[in-house]
Amino acid sequence: MNEQSNTALALSPHRIGAMVLRYLYLLRSSWSRVLDLIYWPAVQLFVWGFLQFYIAQNSGFFARAAGMFIGAVLLWDILFRGQLGFSVSFLEEMWSRNLANLMISPLRPIEFVAALMVMSVVRLAVGMVPVTILAIVFFGFNLYSFGFALAAFFLNLILTSWSVGIVVSGVVMRNGLGAETLAWTVMFILMPLTCVYYPVSVLPAWLQGVAWALPPTYVFEGMRALVLEQTFRADLMLAAFALNLVYFAIAIAVFLGLLRSARRIGSLLQSGE
Amino acid sequence: MSSSVPAIEVDRLTKVYAAKGRTTCAVDGISFALEAGTVTGLLGGNGAGKTTTIAMILGLVEPSSGQARVMGARMPRERYRVLHRMNFESPYVDMPNRLTVRQNLTVFGRLYAVENLRDRIDTIARDLELSDLLDRPTGKLSAGQKTRVALAKALINQPDVLLLDEPTASLDPDTADWVRGHLERYRKERNATMLLASHNMAEVERLCERVIIMKRGKIEDDAPPAVLLARYGRDNLEDVFLDVARGRGEAAREAAQ
Repeated sequence: MNEQSNTALALSPHRIGAMVLRYLYLLRSSWSRVLDLIYWPAVQLFVWGFLQFYIAQNSGFFARAAGMFIGAVLLWDILFRGQLGFSVSFLEEMWSRNLANLMISPLRPIEFVAALMVMSVVRLAVGMVPVTILAIVFFGFNLYSFGFALAAFFLNLILTSWSVGIVVSGVVMRNGLGAETLAWTVMFILMPLTCVYYPVSVLPAWLQGVAWALPPTYVFEGMRALVLEQTFRADLMLAAFALNLVYFAIAIAVFLGLLRSARRIGSLLQSGE
Repeated sequence: MSSSVPAIEVDRLTKVYAAKGRTTCAVDGISFALEAGTVTGLLGGNGAGKTTTIAMILGLVEPSSGQARVMGARMPRERYRVLHRMNFESPYVDMPNRLTVRQNLTVFGRLYAVENLRDRIDTIARDLELSDLLDRPTGKLSAGQKTRVALAKALINQPDVLLLDEPTASLDPDTADWVRGHLERYRKERNATMLLASHNMAEVERLCERVIIMKRGKIEDDAPPAVLLARYGRDNLEDVFLDVARGRGEAAREAAQ
C-alpha cells in the first residue's frame, strides 16, 4: 500500500467508489427501500395531476398553463428527494453504528460527501424516472420536453439539495440521531419561500427578498416562464447557479466545522441519540 | 516505521468534556509509549478513561491538551499518514447488518486499498473460519460470528497497529479463547502492536506483556503482569484490579513490600 497524502481534501475515486458500492449493496438488498423511493413521488404526482385536471376544466388561465403544477411537483421532488437521498444515505451509517469504522478508515470527509452526492443522484433516478414516465402516460406531461432547460433546472436543484443535505448530515453527525428529524422536515421550511406553486410576486414585499436569496426560487420562476411564456430565462439560471456555488462552499465549510466539533465532544464514537 | 519511533506514544494526554456548564475530565494527563510488536492491556473500571484514550489514539476524539502519536503521526491532525496502517475492533461499533459478510469486507478492503482483495477476503475468511458465512447478511449472524467478522474487518488491511476495545465481550469462553488465539498468531506473524482495553483479566494475562491500569482518567500503575502480581502481593490480575478499583492499591503495595 502506498503512503497516503496527509490532506483532508485529497480525493480518491477508489474510496468514493467503495462507499457508493456500499450503498448500492444496501439498496439491492432491500426492496422496501427501493419502493420507498418511488412511492411518495408517485402519490404526489397523482394528487397534483388530478387537481390540475380539475382546475383546468374551470379556468381559462390554468387550461393554458397545462403542466404547471405537475412540472412544479416534479421539480420540487428533485429538490426534496435529492436532499433526502443524500441525508438518508448518511443516516444509514448512523443507524448501523458504522460511522466510527468509516472515520478511522482512510476515507476523507470530502470523499464521504462525494459518495453521498453520487448516491443522491442514484436514488433520485430510481425514484423519479418511473414517476416522470407515469406523468407522460397519465397526464400527457413530458418533463424531458424541457430539454436544455431541464438540465439547468436539475443542476441548480440538485446543488441546493446537496448543500442542505451536507449541513443536515453534519448536524446529525455532531448531535446524534436526536437531530434526525431535520432530514425529513428541513425542506418543508423552504417550501413556502421557494414559491414552488405560485410566483414570487404573491409574497409580501419583505419576504420576496428572502425568497430571492434561495436558488430554487429562480428555478420555479424559470419553470413558470417556460410553461406560461415559452421563454427560457438563462439569467435566472445563472443567478441560481452563482448562489448555489456560494451555498455549497458554505455547506462544506460547515460540515468540516461540525466534524471538528464532533471530534471535540466525542460524538463520532457514540453515533447514537 | 523507524525502530526508534514508538508505535503508539501518548504524552500528557488530557480530555475534558464540557456539557451544560459541567466539565468532566475523562483522561487526565496520561503518558506512555508502546514499542512496535508489543501487546499492552489497558485496564480500568467503567469510566476510567480507556475508551476515550483509544478514541484519541484513533483520531476519533480530539485531545483537550497533550498529544497522541501513532507511528510518529500526530492524531488527529496527521491521521491520513497512518490510518491505512492501523485498525480497530470493538463490540460497540457495528457493521451494516443488511450487507453480507463478503460485501462488508469488500467495502472496507477497498477503503483501505487492499491489493488482491478477493484473495485477501478468502484468506482471512479461512483464517477466521468465516468461509461458510461469507454470503450471509452480517445482521443474521450470532454474537460470536459477528465478533469474528469484526475481527476480519480489523485485520483486512493487515494493520501494523491494532486497537481493540473489549474484543471478547459477550462471547462464550470457547469463542473468546479462539479469538485470543488468533490475535496471538497475528501479532507473531506481523510483529503488530496491539493496545487492548478489557475487563477480562485472564485475557489480559494471556495476551499482554505490559498492563496499564487506569482509574478516573489517570494511570494508577504500569508494568508487566508478573511485576504487578509481585508488587501487590496477589496471585492474579483480577485481585490487583480490585485493589486499585477499591482504593486499597497503596495498602496492598505496602503490605507486599
